[in-house]
Amino acid sequence: MAADVAGARRTPWVLLSPSLATISLLLIIPMMFIVVYSFWLRTATGADQVGFFLDNWIEVLGDRFYRDILFQTFAIAFYTTVICALIGYIPAYFVANTPMKSKTFLLLMLMLPFWISYIIRTMSWINILGASGALNTLFVSIGIIDEPIQMLYNQTTVVLGLVHYLLPFMILNVYVSLDGIDKNLTEAAQSLGCTGFQAFREVTLPLSFPGLAAGSLLCFVLAAGTYITPVILGGPRDAMFANLVFEAIVTQLNWPLGSALSLVLLALLGALVVIYTRYLGVDQIAKSFK
Amino acid sequence: MDDTKRYERLLTRFRDGDINRRTFLTVLGAAGVTAGITGGPMGMLARNAHAATPEQVRFDGWGGVVSEAFEKYAFGPYTAKTGIKVVSGTFGGADEYIARVKAGQPGEFNLAHLSGVFDYARYHGLELTSELNEANIPNLKNVIPGLIEPLRKITNGTISAVPYDYGTTGIAYNRKYISDDEAKAKGAKLMIDPAYKGKIGGWGEWKTRIWYGALQSDQDPNGIKDIDAVWDMIRAHRDLSLKYWSSGAELMSLLAEEEIYVTEGWSGRIKALQDQGHDIGYLDPAGGLGWQECLFVLRGSPMAACEELLNFMLEPEVAIAVAEGQSYPPALDPNKVDLGKIIPTLPAFDPSGTLSSLSFFDPAYWNENEADWSKTFSRVQRGY
Repeated sequence: MAADVAGARRTPWVLLSPSLATISLLLIIPMMFIVVYSFWLRTATGADQVGFFLDNWIEVLGDRFYRDILFQTFAIAFYTTVICALIGYIPAYFVANTPMKSKTFLLLMLMLPFWISYIIRTMSWINILGASGALNTLFVSIGIIDEPIQMLYNQTTVVLGLVHYLLPFMILNVYVSLDGIDKNLTEAAQSLGCTGFQAFREVTLPLSFPGLAAGSLLCFVLAAGTYITPVILGGPRDAMFANLVFEAIVTQLNWPLGSALSLVLLALLGALVVIYTRYLGVDQIAKSFK
Repeated sequence: MDDTKRYERLLTRFRDGDINRRTFLTVLGAAGVTAGITGGPMGMLARNAHAATPEQVRFDGWGGVVSEAFEKYAFGPYTAKTGIKVVSGTFGGADEYIARVKAGQPGEFNLAHLSGVFDYARYHGLELTSELNEANIPNLKNVIPGLIEPLRKITNGTISAVPYDYGTTGIAYNRKYISDDEAKAKGAKLMIDPAYKGKIGGWGEWKTRIWYGALQSDQDPNGIKDIDAVWDMIRAHRDLSLKYWSSGAELMSLLAEEEIYVTEGWSGRIKALQDQGHDIGYLDPAGGLGWQECLFVLRGSPMAACEELLNFMLEPEVAIAVAEGQSYPPALDPNKVDLGKIIPTLPAFDPSGTLSSLSFFDPAYWNENEADWSKTFSRVQRGY
């Protein structure tokens, strides 16, 4: 009897062991290395000095420079998320309310951008907004402007590039949420006297909030951790926190400082995910990938 | 004597020709069996054995036209001659590559086309240098002595790399908007001229920015007295700039598309633009920045194979073909080797073979300040 109970208790762990081993090997152990690294020091030659030093943490947590870049990063991520939510809701609503036959095609179209490299998609904006790009060429040719206007390499183009990258994530999440809403509810609201817009505002919109929140979380986290977009579309000043991590690790060969910086970003974004999970759960995000 | 020492002694005998390859492998195999089934030591021996008798060596370079030239003129013929395959990789910058090497295993990376002499000193500081047997590289005698000596100074008389080409980082400007006379008159200060606000670019690399900041503040880049004045110049340039570029391709695109009118640029890349028909001027200002590139052999590499490849790459016809392909003059001494008709037309070419007209990074000075200046530049770039 006791052996049966022990066996029953062991079974879930045995079944989980491949997943746990994979997560440990690919996530937890590397992360522990990063934690250990953050307490080392970089020597003048670029080699690492092994030991337990708090210097990197004191610098990262006490230096205004890092706080400012972190704030700028979160601001860019916030703008991106809001824009994605505003312009992503409409196509999601449209897809959710389209007959099934067309819906499959539209969902396929939504997935289409993922077939092209994110870097190439980002670089495509240079051909659109550049001095010799499509927009400037069009405006000059129809006489709206006399000479090309400068549209590239600023914070706006960084946000634009991020919106381009992240919009499908938002649309998919909102779509999943909208698709799960019982259509009878809006019909019931309308039968009770609501106009179409009132039914949307009072029924559909509140019920789609979990999807909107899940999409926002994904967009924010991915935007805040981005590195490539500001490099390609940003100006000299436009950096995000991940660029500082890159510079510390690659340019300055200061892996200990880079480790501390990356852990700060990880902790803050992790806290955001924990807060979200506490109030909304992770189920909604998982639905988008089913 | 530990296994490593035993192996090194065996390898030396093999390299010196005291034992042939078959004997070497037999003894190595016996050593492996003796070591038993213990994974670690056996694994180490296996790795080293693989490195000593390679079927391939790994080469990493800058990509683009440079790698294409290497592939076409050097690696293909080398493989055809020796049977050793050259696995070619690319990196976006010297910093990126050194980070990769630091994260890798000894022997994983073999040869690289690196910037000298600053990076050479960095690699030495990280104990990544090897010791080339110069007797195995007879073509080294054709290389400009002034390019080899700085390497010897760093590695105490030995070398871990052979100089391969050189060039300059001068000022490139669009002649449609900036005349040659204006560029010559303003020199490095052309890049802080408010008249070109929003049409100025620059390489987002801290050393180059500081070098030009020193020139713009009328200081010797290898002996800066007032670093605050340099930072001020970098800030002025930053505020007038549209973009810090990070690769040769990006540099060429920004100039060709007229996103920017003036920037510093690499002589070979500007020559490539000119050859494409773009009216881009190029000027090495007073105190202009020269650099050499070398073919570096990393510690833990199969030395004999690498030395053979280096000697092959220094063959005049190969070096000249690569140089013409990448538009950078070869490190071959024009007093010893006939460089043909095209090389003397390349920007930065020095017919005297002394390179006395160029200024180079003083590796000791710049390495001493590297940690502080690279970090400060990161802040200045972001508005501080």
